[in-house]
Amino acid sequence: MALIEAQNLKKSYGPIHAVRGISFQVDRGEVVGFLGPNGAGKSTTMKLLTGHLLPDSGNAKVAGFDVSENPVSAKAHLGYSPEGAPAYGEMTVREFLQFAAELRGLPQPSEKVQNTLKLCRLTEVAHQTIETLSKGYRMRVGFAQAVIHDPEVLILDEPTDGLDPNQKFEVRRLLKEMASRKAVIVSTHILEEIEELCTRVIIIAHGEVRCDESKEKFLQRGSDLNQVFRQLTA
Amino acid sequence: MPSSAPSTSARQTIGSVFRREFAGYFRTPLAYVFLAVFNAFAISLAFFVGYLYESGVANLDRFFLYHPWLWAFLAPAAGARLWAEERRQGTIELLLTWPVTVWQAALGKFLAGWAFLACALLITTPIAFTIGYLGDPDVGVILSGYIGSLLCAGACLGIATIASALTRSQVIAFVVGFLACFILVIVGYGVFDELLAGVLSPSAIEEVRRLGLWRNLEPFTLGLIDLRPCAYFLTLSFAGLGLSTLIIERR
Repeated sequence: MALIEAQNLKKSYGPIHAVRGISFQVDRGEVVGFLGPNGAGKSTTMKLLTGHLLPDSGNAKVAGFDVSENPVSAKAHLGYSPEGAPAYGEMTVREFLQFAAELRGLPQPSEKVQNTLKLCRLTEVAHQTIETLSKGYRMRVGFAQAVIHDPEVLILDEPTDGLDPNQKFEVRRLLKEMASRKAVIVSTHILEEIEELCTRVIIIAHGEVRCDESKEKFLQRGSDLNQVFRQLTA
Repeated sequence: MPSSAPSTSARQTIGSVFRREFAGYFRTPLAYVFLAVFNAFAISLAFFVGYLYESGVANLDRFFLYHPWLWAFLAPAAGARLWAEERRQGTIELLLTWPVTVWQAALGKFLAGWAFLACALLITTPIAFTIGYLGDPDVGVILSGYIGSLLCAGACLGIATIASALTRSQVIAFVVGFLACFILVIVGYGVFDELLAGVLSPSAIEEVRRLGLWRNLEPFTLGLIDLRPCAYFLTLSFAGLGLSTLIIERR
């Protein structure tokens, strides 16, 4: 069974049809790169999968649980970092992760926090408040809260946005380390990231899936990925 | 295949949210300013506007008389951040994609705000000891006055949380919350009587006046804990809690 299932998801904001019938499935071990121009419906699709928004029609399932009908169970199996990795700026990194662990009802939360700090290389800033951190650290804090419970499903909205090359490398390394055991969706604007990170590509434009294929097949479409991207999203 | 997810009891979740929000008040100096302002106003209104000392009566009527005004101003100030700040920081998207229901989060937040207002009230207790030193007041009456004031604070906070759930701006949340509470204060003094005279019968106008905050707090300050004022304050609190939950769920 697929860990992530989107069945004909539709969502409009007033007169704007942000998502017009998106369907796909993601299995364990897959890292799906979500690509598309700004405003194409990537973030909205992710919000529908994570239960932050409810679809107008269609349904989303995480680890077999319907996100609308059984939201708490679905969310327990889900790690999600929204765009810009929001966090409670006035809390320290440790307090924030401790809060996340508590709300997830994890056994031995302090131990989980300690391990996650180490995994995401945040130990040295654990006592700083999040608002004082650089962007790279803040993105890692967002990543850390998403993986603290070792979820089967990981959904990350532009986790490398605005990072310097070293920081990007670091986030990709973290993702690659844990990807084999999970179903992962990563949205990105960086086409090279597909080669680095993903096993599969889904391109979304105008609220529809324009392309859904393996990385190998996608890379055969042409040597200039920017050109391929422009053609598919036109 | 779904491995058994660790389960969180509702009580644990509410407790975690409560602790985070309550501690959140004291992360900024604003909380101490708030507590000092509340205390200064509560005491000085009682002595300099209410002539508590000159009245020569050992009770706290003239102290509690101004509490609806204080809560109308300060409960929205304390409640404004509860949801508006989540929206502004974008953390609402985290909170609501964690395995938490909206009402658990809403209840934790409301209780944290109420506990903070209770702290403000607690700091004024020296006035009760002062009265005890100056005269021989009825302790039960003072206690029921404090209970009434705390319930009144909860009612104003309930209204404030609705305003907070509607916007991402704490300032707007505060202004809207304050206006709503302010109307509930002045309605009890018959401010709208003339306006309503053409529409409602005199008995209906009296019913409207009974919706004022002081009308419902007054019995407590006389040592009466009646069902009606209790129901009034608790209804406002729960309505605030319920409506803010609904607003957030339908975001």
